[in-house]
Amino acid sequence: MWIYQKKLEYPVNITRPDLRMAKSLLAQYGGPDSELAAGMRYLTQRFTMPDDRVRATLNDIGTEELAHWEMLGTMIYQSIQGASIQELEAAGLLGYYTMHKRGVYPASPEGVPFTAAYIASTGDPIADIVEDLSAEQKARATYENLMDQTDCPEYLNPLRFLRQREIVHYQRFGECLEILQSIIPNNNEKVRFVANGRVIDSGCACVD
Amino acid sequence: MELSKCELLKKISEYQFICVELNLYIDTHPCDEAALRDYLVYSQELTELIAEYEQRFEPLMNFGHSPTSAGSYVCSQWPWEI
Repeated sequence: MWIYQKKLEYPVNITRPDLRMAKSLLAQYGGPDSELAAGMRYLTQRFTMPDDRVRATLNDIGTEELAHWEMLGTMIYQSIQGASIQELEAAGLLGYYTMHKRGVYPASPEGVPFTAAYIASTGDPIADIVEDLSAEQKARATYENLMDQTDCPEYLNPLRFLRQREIVHYQRFGECLEILQSIIPNNNEKVRFVANGRVIDSGCACVD
Repeated sequence: MELSKCELLKKISEYQFICVELNLYIDTHPCDEAALRDYLVYSQELTELIAEYEQRFEPLMNFGHSPTSAGSYVCSQWPWEI
């Protein structure tokens, strides 16, 4: 289960709305490499991971992605709330307004709606973690492309934070790949390692 | 001096971020004693900060995780409204 905390992971406060940025930010709210796709992908993949460390990493990074998704939603919401129809049209958001008014909807900047096809999950541990490594790099590149489009610190600061998180997640997933590569050759045997004096059975939960 | 509501929320965010970062590190390094010690210290500090915030201002969490009579979970600002 999840508990909601009524605060953002990193502050967002857009007082100088930029509709062009709002449109571009949709990439990370509802595009194929969005925070939504990443969060759903990791939380879906964790069920079949054969190691507790990798399962925990997917669980916790998947959860953090939802906090990032909320930051993106906040940036988009604060950017478009006060916009006139003329301003929305000038930013190329008239089609968006027609279908979603000033609501926040998970679609790409070009209006392609979010789809479960983005939630790549193969059930193969190596394939899934390599997918995740790639996803973090694609998101990192997307954040850099977004940062190229503005000089405004109200957008740049949260984007910098989000870009940095992609790098940390990539690092953690790299370690997950090493863990998987170390246990998969012995896949037919129970794999065990010790943490805090306890033996952790990589096939199921921690056991004393 | 007592922190303002905004300052306290910012401090909670800082300590929470430290805990997020240490948590992810510990996920792949479950035997790192130094990281586990740090995590415990910051987790306790975070718990105290959240308790102070909730006693003085309003609940942060739902589902019975914020035992406080201060403020209102329903009527407090949402994070995208601040």
